[in-house]
Amino acid sequence: MITAASIFFAVLFSSFMISFQKGVWDRMIENFLSSYFGYIQVQGKSYWEEQSLDYAFTPDEQLKALPKELKGIEGMIPRLESFAMASYENMISGTMVVGIEPKEESKFSGLEKKLVKGQYLQPGDQGLLMAEGLASYLGIDVADTLVLIGQGYHGTNAAGKYPVIGILSFPSPDLNKKMIYITLNEAQTFYGAEQLLTSMVIQLRNNDDFRLIKKQLETKLDTSRFEILQWDEMLPELVDAKKSDSAGNYIFILVLYMIISFGIFGTIMMMTKEREFEFGILTGIGMSRKKLAIVTWLEIVFMGLIGAIAGIVGCIPLVYYFSKHPLNLADYMKEMGEIYAKWGFDPLLPTAFEPGIFLNQALIVFVLTTILAGYAVYKIFRIKPIEAMRK
Amino acid sequence: MTVIETKGITKVYNPKKVPVHALRGVDLTIRKGEFTAIVGPSGSGKTTLLNIIGGLDQASSGVVIVDGVDITRISDNKLIDFRKEKIGFVFQAYNLIPVLTAAENVEFIMLLQGISKDKRQKRVVELLKSVGIEDQADKRPSKLSGGQQQRVAVARALASKPSFVLADEPTANLDSKSTAQLLDIMAKLNQEEGMTFIFSTHDQRVIDRARRVVTLEDGMIISDVTR
Repeated sequence: MITAASIFFAVLFSSFMISFQKGVWDRMIENFLSSYFGYIQVQGKSYWEEQSLDYAFTPDEQLKALPKELKGIEGMIPRLESFAMASYENMISGTMVVGIEPKEESKFSGLEKKLVKGQYLQPGDQGLLMAEGLASYLGIDVADTLVLIGQGYHGTNAAGKYPVIGILSFPSPDLNKKMIYITLNEAQTFYGAEQLLTSMVIQLRNNDDFRLIKKQLETKLDTSRFEILQWDEMLPELVDAKKSDSAGNYIFILVLYMIISFGIFGTIMMMTKEREFEFGILTGIGMSRKKLAIVTWLEIVFMGLIGAIAGIVGCIPLVYYFSKHPLNLADYMKEMGEIYAKWGFDPLLPTAFEPGIFLNQALIVFVLTTILAGYAVYKIFRIKPIEAMRK
Repeated sequence: MTVIETKGITKVYNPKKVPVHALRGVDLTIRKGEFTAIVGPSGSGKTTLLNIIGGLDQASSGVVIVDGVDITRISDNKLIDFRKEKIGFVFQAYNLIPVLTAAENVEFIMLLQGISKDKRQKRVVELLKSVGIEDQADKRPSKLSGGQQQRVAVARALASKPSFVLADEPTANLDSKSTAQLLDIMAKLNQEEGMTFIFSTHDQRVIDRARRVVTLEDGMIISDVTR
């Protein structure tokens, strides 16, 4: 009972901890991706490596028909992105100019919510939205006119004057000092890239399906023209950050497993000690050590199985509850909550409700138990009936 | 017919530190159907001798031949098998398995011998009846008196149909009435079924019932009287 209980709690704690860690990371990635990148993007072949307008693509009928053909796709957000120099009076700065469909973009990334001054971009507008930091650097304000100069499609000159119709505030300092948004049509005109896009963000009904949708896209689209990128290919630094965080967690998990192992070992040692007398009688009257060891090992393994199954059953409601009712960081650490909010992220810490996590943890704890059961087997093979029966 | 033969058995505890000589060259022969008491004061080596004869302990030197097999020269696994098939044990502290009922304690060794369930259960009933506790079959040892537990132990010792029964101070924890009843049972089994019993004891009531009395002192046989 004590052994089974210790295994139950071991599975419960380790599963909850792993679910929590994974849930928090998944949430962070989701927050990050839904603010700009998306889980999947379709781009022109070689655009990702070169980041040049020369690799922009024309969306064909096949691409436009995707939301109707694939149920997992909720919508598509077209963009034309490139670099340009922005100038106002005596000031000049390098910028990232993004051509967007204002409504679709805002629905996807919540761009309109970042507006701190002026108006949000509307279809057909000939003005621009710019980041607060950039506006401050250039000393420009709403209703002033900004000059953009850059290199257009196939080396053409790109130049234009655009009134500032709104100022956006980005929590990321990097975005805050370089982002400019204009309508897609204006961007195509500015860069001389009529009908062209640099990327199409694929909006998914369920973000967890991104691998499956990517495979489906690869069969639907002409892969000699298009490149289908998933988030971890576009953001290797985010993957590295996750890996580096996980490496720290592995040490923590290792310590947890050590504590768990010592807990289980303690109960097995206690059980073996308590039953030394019984083992002495059994070997004394003629039960072979091998048979006794197998029976005892199976008994511990069976206890381990019960504890592991009970641990899984116990985890399901706990992890499910916290996946649906995540801990709100702002309730416990107000400052951290504010930092999250500033970045446009929810200050929520959910658990990841993935059966694979419970099964893995139960399996690990179960394997640990079966290995630790070797102690009882070792003692049985060493037991001296006379001494054991005296105890 | 000789069942047990020991030749020059010695047993030294702590040979490297402070040697304690428990047995100093014991030669003993037990024949089938004997009802033998090994007597002597505490520390004379009675229990050590029984443990060595029963293969529970190893002699420092000498030979123990049981049913023609020198048990000092066989492996631990074979010795365990040997105990299961040839020897019945009755211990001073009963040593029943606490989690099993009286019937299950008796049945267990037959289970190890691979005897079929029908035969096992039939023999359990017979044995518990022969020791007079058939009505206590479903009780665990903790629910039985000392005398009843020792009777279960006797039934268990006989369950495997051993060549002989070794009983180490079987009456040490029993009152007079229980002692008398237990001795009656063992004497009856000895007379009617020809079962060989070897006791270690310093209980005069047991000594009075024995037909052969071997006296040990300081690890040596000082007298061997057959009545």
